[in-house]
Amino acid sequence: MPSRPPVRIANGQGFWGDSILGPIRLLREGPLDYLTLDYLAEVTMSIMQKLKTRDPSKGYATDFVRLIDRVLPELVEKNVRVVANAGGVNPHACKDALLEVIAKHGLQGIKVAVVEGDDIYGDLEAMMEGGETFTNMDTGQPLSGVLDKVTSANVYLGAFPIAEALDQGAQIVVTGRGTDPGLVIGPMIHEFGWGPDDLDKLAAGTVAGHIVECGAQCTGGNFTDWEQVPDMAMIGYPIIEAQADGTFHVTKHAGTGGMVTRSTVAHQLAYEMGDPSAYLTPDVVADFTSFQITDEGQDRVRIDGVRGSIATPTYKVSMSYQDGWKSVGQLTVSGPNALAKAKRCAEIVWERLAYDGFTYSDEQRMVEFVGANVCHEGITIPEAGEPSEIVLRMGVKGPDRAAIDRFGSELVPLVTSGPPGVTGFAGGRPKATEIIGYWPALVKKDRIQPRVSVFTSPSA
Amino acid sequence: MPNVPLSRIAQARSGDKGEGSNAGILARSQEAYDFLKESLTEDVARKHLLSINPGKVTRYAADNMWVLNFLLSDSLGGGGSASLKTDAQGKTHGLALLRMNMDVPESVLDATPAPREDGPS
Repeated sequence: MPSRPPVRIANGQGFWGDSILGPIRLLREGPLDYLTLDYLAEVTMSIMQKLKTRDPSKGYATDFVRLIDRVLPELVEKNVRVVANAGGVNPHACKDALLEVIAKHGLQGIKVAVVEGDDIYGDLEAMMEGGETFTNMDTGQPLSGVLDKVTSANVYLGAFPIAEALDQGAQIVVTGRGTDPGLVIGPMIHEFGWGPDDLDKLAAGTVAGHIVECGAQCTGGNFTDWEQVPDMAMIGYPIIEAQADGTFHVTKHAGTGGMVTRSTVAHQLAYEMGDPSAYLTPDVVADFTSFQITDEGQDRVRIDGVRGSIATPTYKVSMSYQDGWKSVGQLTVSGPNALAKAKRCAEIVWERLAYDGFTYSDEQRMVEFVGANVCHEGITIPEAGEPSEIVLRMGVKGPDRAAIDRFGSELVPLVTSGPPGVTGFAGGRPKATEIIGYWPALVKKDRIQPRVSVFTSPSA
Repeated sequence: MPNVPLSRIAQARSGDKGEGSNAGILARSQEAYDFLKESLTEDVARKHLLSINPGKVTRYAADNMWVLNFLLSDSLGGGGSASLKTDAQGKTHGLALLRMNMDVPESVLDATPAPREDGPS
């Protein structure tokens, strides 16, 4: 039996845009020790880098600062510590905004830590001169071909810098890019004193972190048997109850909606999974086929026996680059004969564009008749009967911005110069937006220096 | 042998994975898992999903969770931000696989409770 009570680590945010009710209700509706928040996806870093270029005080998840403003008194009163990758490409700006919010609340002596060293956007050329090739892990291409189009470059740091920030007394830890499970493993390392050689324990933390990293996706959200999920509106976000030996339980606050079963947890373990026997992180290689997963009472699942092996000598780098332009727009076509009219509409658009000298290859253009079997086309036979209406969704992509923008101006005229019953036009002409290409690569660990710094409110 | 949709004996979760997606199939019982590990091969899945994924299909197994994980190499119409498709992240690919009809032995069906569709128990 454990000699101390388990450490309760919850995740209240699965991505930038997740409901603010997740973290608010986690704090309000039951006991917690740590609250983690995941704001970053690959594309997010590129968007943030662009915001920072325009305004040096931007480039982080502003949602996080708004959340802290709302929950700070409760956070301090309950002594819940927060770990969030909200720093994006500008963690110090995020920290400054947090210190301002803390000062506004009149709270003194609150420590905010910054974990950085992941952002290598400014160092790429020097590192390439030093021998790094940043070969694309998917395509095998060297980075040199697109170097001038790169818009962000961040290393997935591990969990130890987060633990160091907590060791130094931080109540709020702001990081840039790190592994998603690292947000959960960091508190475990800090609480239990795990070291880099505690591979099975680090692997257990990795499994725990993977389970909660998408928030309510392990508590009944996006669950196959959705009819069985109670009170989905008030779905509870997940909590890990961690023990020093690596054993943990997945649960949620009593009285919240959703459900935690072996099945809802296994659903999330199967999410974004590659080879389950080798889940790579910078801290450990976790074996997701090694553990036992058991229902242990209502909304309580136990995981034990996780095995890990030594990590690889490299960090993964996530880069984004400018990869052309795209534009997508949609109109709604009502019945009678909705599908036939929508098909005619699409032909009209391509014909008018071609008349004006703009043609697009099959790979560069797309037409969907939403409502007539788009998601599973060719897999299921559509249900019999004429749909009452169809959403016509069309798009183009390519290297030439002007050709992509030209497309957007031929969609809306269908309302007055196409078949009858074309509607649902709102939000202006679709415009060309950048395609953000993803470039995964590896870099030797000794080329990267994670850094931790701690700041205390009120700032000087 | 009864011909039933895969959803009768399995659940699914899918999402984007690089240029493609992964579809995890979760068997509803040990018996269903043993049957599917034998019969739901890479080739069976590849053929069923051909209109979504013209690329390669790779299967991994996690016996401890009754999970068969299918990696679809080219299922996102260019992947992530470059995709023009509605389902640019492969969120519906698991359900697409569950809509496959299979001949399933009575013994497997008997050992596998059917999903309830009448609300929370």
